[in-house]
Order: sequence, then structure tokens, then C-alpha cells
Amino acid sequence: MLPLELAFTTLQVVWFILIAVLWIGYLVLEGFDYGVAMLIPILGRNEKEKRVIVNTIGPVWDGNEVWLLTAGGATFAAFPAWYATLFSGLYLPLFLVLVGLIVRGVAFEYRAKHPETKWRNAFDLMASIGSFVVTLVFGVGFANFIIGLPVEALPKVTAEAQTSLFMLTPQPYFFQLFSWFGLLGGVCLVALFLFHGSLFLALKTKGEVHERAKAFSLKVGLVSIGLGAVFLVAQNLLHPTGLMGWLLLVLAALGLAAGWWFIRNDRDGLAFIGTAAAILFVAIGIFLTMWPGLGFRLPDQTFAAAGDGAVSGLNVVTAASTEGTLQIMTVAAVIFVPIVLAYQAWTYWVFRRRLSVDNIPDEEPVLAS
Amino acid sequence: MTAETLARWQFGITTVYHFLFVPLTIAMSMLVAILQTIWVRTGHEKYLKLTKFFGKLFLINFAMGVVTGIVQEFQFGMNWSEYSRFVGDIFGAPLALEALLAFFLESVFIGLWIFGWDRLPKKLHLATIWLAAIGTMLSAIFILAANSWMQNPVGSSFNPVTDRAEMVSLGAVLTNPVTLVTLPHVLLSAYMASGGFIMAVSGWHLAKLNSAAKAGKLTGKQTADLDAHRFATKFGAWVLLGASVGVIITGDIQGKIMTEVQPMKMAAAEALWETEDSCAGFSIFTIGSLDGTREVWSAPKVPCLLSFLATGSFDGKVEGMNQLAAEFADGRLINPDSQLQQEAQARLQQLGVADWVPNVAVTYWTFRIMMGLGFLAMAVAAFVLFTLRKGSLPRDTKAWTALMVAAPLMPLFAISFGWIFTEMGRQPFLVTGVLTTAAGVSPGVSAFEVGTTMVLYTLIYGALAVVEVGLLLKYIKIGLPEVVEPQVITDDDAPLTFAY
Repeated sequence: MLPLELAFTTLQVVWFILIAVLWIGYLVLEGFDYGVAMLIPILGRNEKEKRVIVNTIGPVWDGNEVWLLTAGGATFAAFPAWYATLFSGLYLPLFLVLVGLIVRGVAFEYRAKHPETKWRNAFDLMASIGSFVVTLVFGVGFANFIIGLPVEALPKVTAEAQTSLFMLTPQPYFFQLFSWFGLLGGVCLVALFLFHGSLFLALKTKGEVHERAKAFSLKVGLVSIGLGAVFLVAQNLLHPTGLMGWLLLVLAALGLAAGWWFIRNDRDGLAFIGTAAAILFVAIGIFLTMWPGLGFRLPDQTFAAAGDGAVSGLNVVTAASTEGTLQIMTVAAVIFVPIVLAYQAWTYWVFRRRLSVDNIPDEEPVLAS
Repeated sequence: MTAETLARWQFGITTVYHFLFVPLTIAMSMLVAILQTIWVRTGHEKYLKLTKFFGKLFLINFAMGVVTGIVQEFQFGMNWSEYSRFVGDIFGAPLALEALLAFFLESVFIGLWIFGWDRLPKKLHLATIWLAAIGTMLSAIFILAANSWMQNPVGSSFNPVTDRAEMVSLGAVLTNPVTLVTLPHVLLSAYMASGGFIMAVSGWHLAKLNSAAKAGKLTGKQTADLDAHRFATKFGAWVLLGASVGVIITGDIQGKIMTEVQPMKMAAAEALWETEDSCAGFSIFTIGSLDGTREVWSAPKVPCLLSFLATGSFDGKVEGMNQLAAEFADGRLINPDSQLQQEAQARLQQLGVADWVPNVAVTYWTFRIMMGLGFLAMAVAAFVLFTLRKGSLPRDTKAWTALMVAAPLMPLFAISFGWIFTEMGRQPFLVTGVLTTAAGVSPGVSAFEVGTTMVLYTLIYGALAVVEVGLLLKYIKIGLPEVVEPQVITDDDAPLTFAY
């Protein structure tokens, strides 16, 4: 919980919240396109159906991914020590994320330009497995942020320095991530994104693909609700954040239940809003446990103040950039985040129509030959 | 090999690879936007064909640029965590702003452009490619501001309590003289590569169509295509030629600024060991000793040219590496105006600098290969324009094909060598005069981890390169598409005119 001694500034709080917002944007938006991509080989029975599935996310997936890049960049700019410790500490998991993002990213573009079945099947697998790996790693990762990643401070360079670089210990920190709680987090996020993605697919399609997406969402929705309940109860028992944590659990559960109930009654839009809200509340709950230690855990849990307001350890104060940098970044965020939201929302409006196999044109003649 | 050496190799491999796609993304987006604008203005079908044709080639390239770019953003934290912590207060902001201002703009509007032909009215659709092109340019501005700060760390101070560099003036960082001259240099070099690409692709088709025409075997569509390719070949050649002139001018200014803020890099670029008080000659070819501390043999030098390149005066003094290294070790600041270098000097001395001189062979030769390939590309553009003068057309010979294959690769590789030069010439520093490369590496990451991921990146990148080049060649050979005037579709059940 929040130690009173920690003398954080308003802008440090603002940037912690903003980074949470960027992550939420990423999880809600790219969450469904990961789900949809995982479903290409599962729900697409023939080539045209697969193309329907790909085209529901075709115009938007790249913009969704930028939320992740912005979250990464914002962490670097606002909390350099957080970025440095996390990215070097979780070296191999992040490598897996990068490989996943690379193979899925090229797969959409390449499948459209390589009409041979053999190539297309390979690219579909790349899109599907890439999305699965990224989802799994982030699920395991966030569960471990809840537990807290153990760090130790490295020796200072000069005597006057108060803080220095922190390092996850032991290194490489990889197999330690896969506790039962970590693994549960990974499986939960895969189920959640499959649910979220199948609802998006149902919302954006008509005809047979729509029916199949709906049927799939009803099944995976139950799995997601069951796994999610276990995870969230465990989180609140093992790493409590008080009444707020339980409240967020109830809200997340309501979101998932609403998603299931509404799709069952053919209210696709409301169903999608249900899982989006569930992701929002789960993410808020996770970031609550990450305050103020940023998902790190020191051997002795020191957040204690050293008299003059200075603090030791790795946390929202010691990891932060200067107030000047945070001010500049705040001005940029206040101006540009709303603009980005506006034009991204407009994209969804432009491509709002449902697709069916009838909307998919035949291959270009030059390619078919 | 140590983790540091491997991390450097990993950065080199992934960044040079990434930057093969970046120039075509930056400038092709704009050139395609210009082609589409001409079509909207004139309504002539050939410009629509060219827009769609080069647009498709641009997109094949764009996808690779996007996915390899993500690696770059993560890599600072993964392999260079102490660097990231040390500079994050200054270096992090441009990266965050790049994502917020540039990447969103590019990604969202590229999506609208690809899928929006039958969803958006003509002029609105045209606006989407312009916005995407502006996004790619903004991205270049932020990245070059960040890199230029590493070359010449202005606008910042050292805080001994937090033990890191901190921003003093964003204005000073953005108006870094290195940034101001590097930006046009890099942007224009991207136009060289893209102009060369368009010139070469259309020039190759042009020769094929010309020989078919001479044999009297040209169909109606091919006659129209010949006209379109003739336009595009000249368009690309003019872009390449014009951009080359700009690259030379900005490169010359860069050399003079480099002499002031990174004199060691300039000396290494010339393999100049001993200071020359006036009229230093420009070396074309030289061989150094094995330990790299002195010159063994040098071809005759161009008299006084180095003095002119470095200082703007034929009898300017150019400092040599041996003197510079001795003076730096004695405490002379690399850039006397840098507050950060001044304040961080004690820390730097404490951590130690193993060797003040960069790898001279790499620096010397990359500098020459960069310039050589650049001048060669410029000459090819002039030759192509000469060949196409007054309505004449190239003949379909093996030499012409070879020239068209080489033409886009020359500026592209010149750019790669330019980056290798500028980064290797900064060694042994990550931040000139402030933080050594050895001190910036991630302390917890093992050589095994860096080495394994490096091998895997290389394998994945290699496989993708094969697919990528295959796709590009396939679509280049297919040639100009048949086009129909795009119409906004209002019927929900009608097939889309374009889908994946």
C-alpha cells in the first residue's frame, strides 16, 4: 500500500495514470485484433471466410499497435529507470513479444499479396501464433507485476548519487515468471482476448462467419468468465488492494457476464462494450497493485524516506524524469491524445460496415494466374 | 565475445536492416502522394495507375519498416539499460513524442488510404496519404533530434544526485546545430533512394516496352503504359538528381559542424594521425599500421581539400588523432560549449575511457563508400535523363537492366554506410564526451542472451528479406495495373473494390 512518506509530485501521479491509460488503450484495442488473428485458422472454413476475418481488422490493427509503442515510449520518457529495469530484466520474454509482433505484422500484408494456398496457410499460422505468443507473454507478465518482480540496486558510481540502476534478480529472470499465478494470468488473457476478439468479429460480420463467431464466443465466454473469476479472487486474496480491488473485481465480472448475455441475445455492440469494460477494470486493478512500486519488489520492501524527503528503492518517485521533462510531455499529451482518439475513432466509423463473403472481391486476375 | 560487443553487433544489424526500409517509407509516401495529387488534378488515368503501382510497392516495404522498427524502441531498454536510465530524461521524450505524433498518424492514415479507395470521397482519400507522409517525416525529425543529441549533447546538465543527464532546454535540444543539418541530409538522402527506386523500376519497364514497340508487338494498354513509365522514369531521375545536390550541400555543412563538435570523428574519417596546421590534403586511399596508431602508406592526396572540407578555408588547421587523444585524456572537452560534457567529466574520468580513437579503418572507408555511392547514383540519374532526352528511349540491353538494378541500391547502401560511419565515428562514446559505450550496456544481460537473440533476429530478418524481395520483384514484373475510376460504394452487399 501507499507509504505516506513517499513525497511524489502531481505530475508523477499524472504520468503513472497516463501510462496506465496507454496500456488500457492497447489492451482494449489490440486485444480484439489479437483475438481475431488467433481465430483465422479456427473460424475460417474457406479462403473467402478467412479473408472476411482478416479484413475486419485489416484497416485498424496497425493503429491499435501504436498504443503499445506509445506506452513503451512514455515509460522511457517519464520513468527512465522503470523502462531500463523492466526491459533489461525481462529480456527473453520481451524478445518473444518482439518476434510475435514481427511475424504477425508482416503476415497480414504478405497474405494479401501471396494468393497460393500454401503461402496463405503459412501466413495465417504466423498471424495466429504470433498473436497468441504476445498475448500469453503479456498475461504472464502482468500477473508477475501484481506479484512484484524482485530487484536489487547495483553499486553506485559516485558517492553522492542517491539512486543507481536496478536489476532484476536472479538473472536471467525467466523461469521464475511461470508460477501458477503467472501461468494463470497468461491463460486468462488468452481466453479474454479470444472472447473479446470473437465478439468484435461477430459485431463486424454477417452471414455464416457471424454465426460461427457468435457460437464460439458463447463457449469461450464461459471459459473466460470461469478463469477470470479464479484469477481475480486469487489476486485480491494474495495481493489485496482493499475494498477498491473487490469493487473492480465485481465490475470486471459484470462486464464479462454482460458480454456473454448480450451476444446470446444478439446485441453485438453491447456485448463488445461488455468485454472492453472488463479489460478496463482488470487493468485498473493491476495498475493499482503497481502503485507506487511500479511492479517491482525490493528485498526489504523499502519505501522509507531518508529524512529530507529523498527516498530509496525503485518507485514512482525515484524512477521519474525531472519535472521539466514531465511538464513538456504533459503539454504534448494534453494536445495530442484527444486528437489521436478523434481520428482513430473516425477510422472505425469509416469502416463501420459488417462484412460477409459477398463483400470480398475475387483475387486480382494477375495474381490468380 | 563480451555482452557489450554482441549488443553493439545486435544494434548494428537490426538498425541497418531497419533503415533499409525507412528511406523508402519516408520519401515514397510523399512521392506517391504527389502522383495521386497529379491524378486528382488532371484526372488522367496514367497517374492513377502509377499511384496504385508504386503505392503497392511502397506498402510491401512499409510493413517491414513497421515491424523492424518496434525492435528499435525496445532495444534501448533491453540491451542498453544503463544508457536508457542515464539519458531517459532527454532521450525518452523524442521517442514518446514520435509514437504519439508520428506513428499514430502514419499507421491510422495508411490504413485509411489502403482500404479507403471506395469508402472516402476522392479528395479526402488524397488527404490520407498526405497525412501519412507527414507522419513519416515527423518521425524522422524526432529520431534525428535524439541521435544528434548523442553526437552533440546540448541543452542538458548532469545531476550528481540522480546520477544522470537531465534536460535544461528543450529548445536547445531541438535546435542542436547537428540536428538542423542532419535532418535535411537524411530526408534528402531518402528522396535519393526513392527517386532512384521509381526511376529504376519504370526505366526497366520502359526499355522492355520500347523493344516490344520496335518489334511492332505493342498492345493498346502497353502503349499507354509506355507513356506512363516514361513520365515516371524522368520523375524519379529528377528527384534523385535534385536530392543529390541537396545531400552534397548539407553534407558539406555537416563536415564543418563535425569538425567543431566531434573533431576526432573528422580526423578518423580522414585517417589523419598528426595535426596539419594548414592546407591539409584529402586522402583517397591510405593504409594504417596493424595497431592502428600511424599511417603506413598513402596515395597522393588532393592538396588542401581536407582543410577546406573541415574548416571552409584552404589553409585551415585540421587536428590529428594522436594530438586529440592526448588532449582529451588531459581533460580537454570534446565540445567546449557543452555544459553536460563539462559537468560529467569527473564521472567520465572515474569510469575511464579505454581508447579515445574510433576504429579508423571502418570510419575512413565507410565515409568514402558513402560519398562514392552517392556520387555514382547522381551520375546515373544524369545519364538516364540524358538517355531520355527529346523523346528518345532506352534500348533493352543487359547493361541497361544492370544499371536499373544497381541504381536504387547505390543511394540505399550509401545511407547504410553513412549511418555506420556516424555511429562508429562517435566511438568510444554513446553520448559524446559523456557516457562510453562500455558504460551504457545492460548490466544484468548475459552474452548468451544477447548472442542467442542476435542469431535469431538475423535468421528471422534473413527469411523475411527473401519473402520481401520476392514480393517486390513479383509486383515490379506484373507492372502497371488495370484501373477503374474509384467510386464510393453505398451498397452494403456490393463487393469491395479492394480487400486483403
